[in-house]
Amino acid sequence: MNFDFTEEQVMLRDSVARFVQDDYDFDSRREIADSAEGMSKAHWQTFAELGWLSVPFAEEYGGFGGSATDIMVMMEEFGKGLVVEPYFATVVLFGGLLQDGGSDELKNAHIPAIIEGSRLGAFAFLERQSRFELADVKTSAVAGGDNYTLNGEKVVVLNGANADHLIVSARTSGGQNDEQGVSLFLVPADAAGVERTTYRLMDGQLVANITFNDVAVPAANLVGELDKGSELINSVVQRALVALSAEALGAMGQLNAKTLEYTKTREQFGVAIGSFQALQHRMVETFMSYEQTKSLLYRAVCALPAGGSEAWEAVHALKVMVDRAGRNVYEEAIQMHGGMGLTDELDIGHYAKRLMMINTTFGNGDYHQAQFNALRYAQDSEDNTEQSRPVLAAASGERV
Amino acid sequence: MDTNFSPDELAFRDEVRAFFAEAYDEELQERMKDPSTFKDAVIDWQKRLHAKGWIAPGWDEKYGGVDWDSTQKYIYESERSATGVRDVIPFGLTMVAPVIQAFGNEEQKERFLPGILNSDDWWCQGYSEPGSGSDLASLKTKAVLEGDEYVVTGAKIWTTYAQYADWIFCLVRTSNEGKRQEGITFLLIDMKSPGIKVNPIVSIDNHHSLNEVEFNEVRVPVANRIGEENKGWTYAKALLAHERTGIAAVADSKRSLRELVELAGNEVNGGKALLDDPLFQKRLSDIDIELMALEYTELRVLASVRSGGAPGAESSLLKIKGTEVQQSIQQLRMEIAAYYQGVLPNELESEELGHEFGSLARQSYMYGRAATIYGGSNEVQKNIIAKAVLGL
Repeated sequence: MNFDFTEEQVMLRDSVARFVQDDYDFDSRREIADSAEGMSKAHWQTFAELGWLSVPFAEEYGGFGGSATDIMVMMEEFGKGLVVEPYFATVVLFGGLLQDGGSDELKNAHIPAIIEGSRLGAFAFLERQSRFELADVKTSAVAGGDNYTLNGEKVVVLNGANADHLIVSARTSGGQNDEQGVSLFLVPADAAGVERTTYRLMDGQLVANITFNDVAVPAANLVGELDKGSELINSVVQRALVALSAEALGAMGQLNAKTLEYTKTREQFGVAIGSFQALQHRMVETFMSYEQTKSLLYRAVCALPAGGSEAWEAVHALKVMVDRAGRNVYEEAIQMHGGMGLTDELDIGHYAKRLMMINTTFGNGDYHQAQFNALRYAQDSEDNTEQSRPVLAAASGERV
Repeated sequence: MDTNFSPDELAFRDEVRAFFAEAYDEELQERMKDPSTFKDAVIDWQKRLHAKGWIAPGWDEKYGGVDWDSTQKYIYESERSATGVRDVIPFGLTMVAPVIQAFGNEEQKERFLPGILNSDDWWCQGYSEPGSGSDLASLKTKAVLEGDEYVVTGAKIWTTYAQYADWIFCLVRTSNEGKRQEGITFLLIDMKSPGIKVNPIVSIDNHHSLNEVEFNEVRVPVANRIGEENKGWTYAKALLAHERTGIAAVADSKRSLRELVELAGNEVNGGKALLDDPLFQKRLSDIDIELMALEYTELRVLASVRSGGAPGAESSLLKIKGTEVQQSIQQLRMEIAAYYQGVLPNELESEELGHEFGSLARQSYMYGRAATIYGGSNEVQKNIIAKAVLGL
């Protein structure tokens, strides 16, 4: 057993780390986030040139054929730099759905474009009422001839402002909360009947509410099987949660490092505040929060290939930890920075806001804890007893 | 033990209720929400309270105070919070005025108290400095006596509403001899004095209420000094121990918690109200139970004050638990708001967004982080309890 990264993973990680260090200091990042586009198209081209946009895609479409671990090492570095460019929305979500569910035609039309940096995508899944339930879908797609007609509204669409293509979840059969009957459609953002209202989130993301008013979508733009969209969504979201958690880990590490540095230099009562035992113990807690999160991140990335409830248990546990441990880290970082931690000028609050947004993306801690409980402790689940062997489950993960 | 209100107390409660319903009208509330009309609206409200005779419950009657006992104060405060009426800006009325009354000379009382009472003068507080937070006694802003004026140079920070203030009360260093606490003087400084510069600080809730105030050879008449030179620490400390029973903000928290119950009842996840989710209920009841205890802790402190005790280290307990409860409520409101907490104010109308309280939830959570830092951080409060109560 080893937790070492491959040589390629180390190179990938270092290349993102170098970019963040050289080209993405906090002031530059603030400028990009505050700009009208909310991202740097020039940086995006750099991402393409460095091959980052190709990582998860199959080689036959020009991709690198990378693993979830490859994505993980990159996302952690993005998290350290609070990178606002829409890697997660375009490559992990939009690209992930295409890769797993798209027809050859759709893949050929879009994956090479993502890789060369000319395609920005978004996954439009949230609705006003849906909160964390991905199957709570009112947006409808009705078949007629060679087209589907799409009607409805999606909200807080990540990268919704810049995306030129969207993958939209829509109900093709069943009731509003049914897992069955959700289908995914690829829709050009400039299609007739698509309207966007864009706005900013606290972590600098430019998002959009998007309405679909009798939008005609060719049947060929169906991503995955008709009515089986939920399965596709769940498998992509599972990997996306690991990627997001890696980003969170990067942010947590930065907060801890910056706070540690501050407590060593900030003096009160004639000494560095880091010399107070009361603070030292809390710094140790935040250090352990970080380490425990990293462990669950690795556990989850190792569990992904196994699939099924083993993978989900690890991912649910990870997202719960990211919520609890992440909050411990950012709340302590703010508290220990005192008044300075409360300023917009310092980066501490911005890391906190990113972690807060990550916590609410694809389910918060409570949501995942409830899912975890249902999987692990449900009395009527047949494989329940088999799954209550955490140590064995961890060891059974194949190399990734 | 008797925790019921008397008929007189109940009548007082009804009077307070009726006054708020009439005087704290919607037009006023709207103006308070808008930063451009905020200051005037606050002054308007305080003038209405003054006209009613209720502006200064902590003051001696001879200065225009109102003679309420601690139960009446408690009732007033509960009603105020429960109806969402904004508290008075404390810097003049509850912070500097008691110091002037206790330690100022007659001329200072005549000169400053009326302007505080009728809200013509807006005050701010100059205690913290860039290098002096929890360790307040390390403050360095210096005041050098030249003839009948002090020349003040230095900087104060985290000064709330300095941008509106007519006056600032400051702790300044007049001596480096002996104990650090013994070289500090309490000065009242006109914000229009040449050499004062106010630099805004934008906080993580994207608002501007905090400031840095720079003093560059600002000349302050000796007549503006409270009490004796180098005794300022004693005066400031007396004030800190004085009015701290409201610090637990129990009534505010009770109202906020009721709001959460309503919000969670309306929030749906997978077709089920969030309020019916056992995990959510546990979070809610964890706070509720802590708050139920805090309410009685506060009442016990009040009762002991009424029977002659002085609020000492108990106010530290109230501050720690009160701010912890506030922050956990703010946190839970964020959980209810989910991803809508991320939407910045003024980005979208709530109708367009489909959500109402997300942005407010974030702002109160983010700014709420300050509660465990200011007024003596909770770490310092724990030190006080360890020393004063546990004798450690």
